[in-house]
Amino acid sequence: MTAKIELIGVKKRFGSKVVLDGIDLAVEKQSSTVIIGGSGTGKSVTIKSILGILTPDEGTIRIDGENVTRLRGAARDPLMKKFGMLFQGGALFDSLPVWENVAFGLIQGHGVARAKAKDIAIEKLAKVGLDSDVAYLSPAELSGGMQKRVGLARAIAADPEIIFFDEPTTGLDPIMADIINDLIVSTVKDVGATALSITHDMTSARKISDRIAMLYQGRIVWQGPTAEIDRSGNPFVDQFIHGRAEGPIKMAVKA
Amino acid sequence: MNFFAVIGRSVLTLLAQIGRVTRFTGQTLAAIFSAPFYGRLLVQQIMRIGYFSLPVVGLTALSTGAVLALQIYLGGNRYGAEAIVPQIVVLGITRELGPVIAGLMVAGRVAAAIAAELGTMKVTEQIDALTTLATNPIKYLVVPRLLAAVISLPILTAAGDSIGVLGGYLVSTYNLGFTGSIYLKNTVDFAKTEDITSGLIKAAVFGFIIAIMGCYNGFFSKGGAQGVGAATTNAVVASSILILAADFVLTAILFHT
Repeated sequence: MTAKIELIGVKKRFGSKVVLDGIDLAVEKQSSTVIIGGSGTGKSVTIKSILGILTPDEGTIRIDGENVTRLRGAARDPLMKKFGMLFQGGALFDSLPVWENVAFGLIQGHGVARAKAKDIAIEKLAKVGLDSDVAYLSPAELSGGMQKRVGLARAIAADPEIIFFDEPTTGLDPIMADIINDLIVSTVKDVGATALSITHDMTSARKISDRIAMLYQGRIVWQGPTAEIDRSGNPFVDQFIHGRAEGPIKMAVKA
Repeated sequence: MNFFAVIGRSVLTLLAQIGRVTRFTGQTLAAIFSAPFYGRLLVQQIMRIGYFSLPVVGLTALSTGAVLALQIYLGGNRYGAEAIVPQIVVLGITRELGPVIAGLMVAGRVAAAIAAELGTMKVTEQIDALTTLATNPIKYLVVPRLLAAVISLPILTAAGDSIGVLGGYLVSTYNLGFTGSIYLKNTVDFAKTEDITSGLIKAAVFGFIIAIMGCYNGFFSKGGAQGVGAATTNAVVASSILILAADFVLTAILFHT
C-alpha cells in the first residue's frame, strides 16, 4: 500500500550546520505518527520540509505517492488543501477574530462564502469545546489552552487529509495538556485524517500516536509501534524516554 | 583580521542583500497580476497608510511652507527680490519638498509599522500559518500594502502640496505684508502642470520604496523581539536613504538635467 507521507533520504543544511542528514520515514494512511527528539534535532525542519515552507537540499518527499519535494507556487495549491497544521504557539492571526481565524483556510484557500465559513468555524469550535461566544473574541483575549483549541479548530476546519501537530502540549499545564491530547485523538479520528506530530513530551507522544520515530542528529535512529517503545532496545530511545542526562545523546549547547 | 577580507565580506553581504530584495520585489510584482485579489485588504491598507498619515504629513507641510516663505523673503530681501516668495514656495513645495517630506514622514510612520507587524507575524509563525492555509503570504500581505502605498503617497503629496502653499500664504499675508489675492494669483500663474505631476510621480516611487522596504525587512526578520526591533530600524533607515537617492535620480530624469 502506498504510504500517505513518505520521506526518502531527505537532507537539509543551514550554512555549515547539517540539520537533516538523510531522513527515511513512511506514514500510513489514517495512522498517527509522532517524531520525538530533543530540541534542535530537526523535528520542525522535517515538518516544514513536508509542508513546503522549506526546500530540502537532497532527497524525496512523496504525498499519496506523488513527488512533491520541489512543488511550488500555484502547482502546490491543491496539495496544501490536503493539509492542516497546529502550530506550537498557535500562530493565530491577531488582527482577526477567532471565528475568522478558524474560517481563514475555508475562505481564502477553498473559496467558501464568508457566511457559510463562519457557520463551519462555529461548528468546529464546538468540536474542540469552545462555545460560540468565543468566536467573536480576539486571540489576545484567550488563555494558552484556549489558543491551542482554536489552533486545533483551524487545523481541522477544512477536513484535511493530513494534520501536522507541532509540540501540541508545550507550555500547557498537565491537565490542559491531557485535554488537548484527547481532543487531538478524537478530532483526528473524527476527520479520518493521517496525523504527523513532533513533540518531546512523552506522555503526549504515547497518547496520540500509533507509531513513534526518534530523531537524533538529523537521522531517524529508531521507529516502531508506540506499544514497543519501552522495549526498543535502543540506547538513544531509552535515554530520551526516561529523561536521563547520562547516555549516548549529547545535548548541543548552541543552535 | 585581514583588511581586504573585511571589505570583501561586506561587499558580498551587500550584494546578497540586493539580490534578496530584488527577488522579493520580483515575486511581489508577479503576484500583483495573478488572482486572487484582496480588495478589502487594499482598502484597509489605504486607510492605514494614506488616511491616517494625513495629519502628520499635513502638519509638516504647513510648517515647511511657512518656514520656506520666511526664508525666501529674508534671502530675497538682500537683493530686493522679496516679491518672488509665492513663486519659489510653490515651486519648492510641488517639485521637491512636498513629495520628499511626505515620503520621509510616511517612511518613519508606515515602513516601521509594516516591518514591526510582519516581523511579529514572522517570528510567531503566522506567515508560515498562511502558507499552510493555502494562502500565498506575498499576495495576501505584501501586494495590498504595496498597492496602497503607491496609491496613497501621490494623494498625500497632493494634499501636502496644497497645505504647504497654504502655510506660505498665511505667513506671507499675515507677517510679510503680501496681499492675499496677489499671492494666490502669482502662485497659480507660476505653477506649471509638470511641477505638480513630477512631484506626484516621485511620490508614487517613494510609496513603492516604503512598502517594499517595510515588507522585506518584516518578512525576513528573525530572532524574536530583538530581530523585530532591528527589522523596524532597518526598514526606516533603508527607505529614507533610498527615498533621498531616488529623489536625486528622478529629478535628473524628469527635468532632463
